[in-house]
Amino acid sequence: MIELTQQPIDSASLLASVASNDAGAVVLFLGKTREHTHGRRTASLDYECYPEMAEKKLAELEAEARRRWPLVGCAIVHRLGRLELGETSIAIAVSSPHRQVAFEASKWLIDTIKEVVPIWKCENWADGTSEWVHPGMN
Amino acid sequence: MMFRVKLFAVARQRIGRDQLEIELPSAATVRHLRGALAEQFPPLADVLAHARIAVNSEYAADSTPITASAELALIPPVSGG
Repeated sequence: MIELTQQPIDSASLLASVASNDAGAVVLFLGKTREHTHGRRTASLDYECYPEMAEKKLAELEAEARRRWPLVGCAIVHRLGRLELGETSIAIAVSSPHRQVAFEASKWLIDTIKEVVPIWKCENWADGTSEWVHPGMN
Repeated sequence: MMFRVKLFAVARQRIGRDQLEIELPSAATVRHLRGALAEQFPPLADVLAHARIAVNSEYAADSTPITASAELALIPPVSGG
C-alpha cells in the first residue's frame, strides 16, 4: 500500500494494516522534521512532489521490495505540504515472518525512496529564509 | 514542435511557473531538450547539470526520443523521506 497525503500520518493505523498472524516481525520507520541541520535551525518544512511519477515510483519500490524479500505487509505513506517540527514526513511499515527481512527491506525502502522518488523539501529556516533541498547541488 | 516541461522545487522557483513551453525539432531526444533548456532558460543551467529528465514519468537517458505526446519533467535532485 502506498499513499501521498496532505494529512498527518497515523502510524498506528499503518502498523495495523501490516499486522498478520504470519508476521513475527514488524518494523516501522518514521522520518521526522528535525530542528537542527548543520547548526542551522529549521522552523518548518514544505514538501512537494510530482504526483503521478511519485505514486508510480513508490508502487514500483513496494513491488520490488516484495520481489526481493518474503514480506507479509508493506505500507508506505509520504506527507506533503507544510510540516511543523516533530511531525512525521514519511512512515514505512514492513512485516515479515522473521525480523532480519523486515529490517533489511525497510532500510532498503527508505534509502531508495530518498534517491529516486520525485519528492522535494523546502527548509523554512528559523531566520526567515527558505531554501529547496537538492542533495549534491546546494 | 512545442513541448511543455513540468517544473518542480528550485526549477519552479527560478522560472516562476510550474511548467514552461519549449520548441524542439521533430525526432528530438532528451539531449536536445537539455541543450534547448540551457540555452533558452539560463536560470536553469546549474539545475540542469544535476537534474534528471523524466519522460512519461520514467527517468530517461539522453538518447531517449521525445514523441509528440510525451509528458516531460525536469527532476532536480530529490529530497523526500
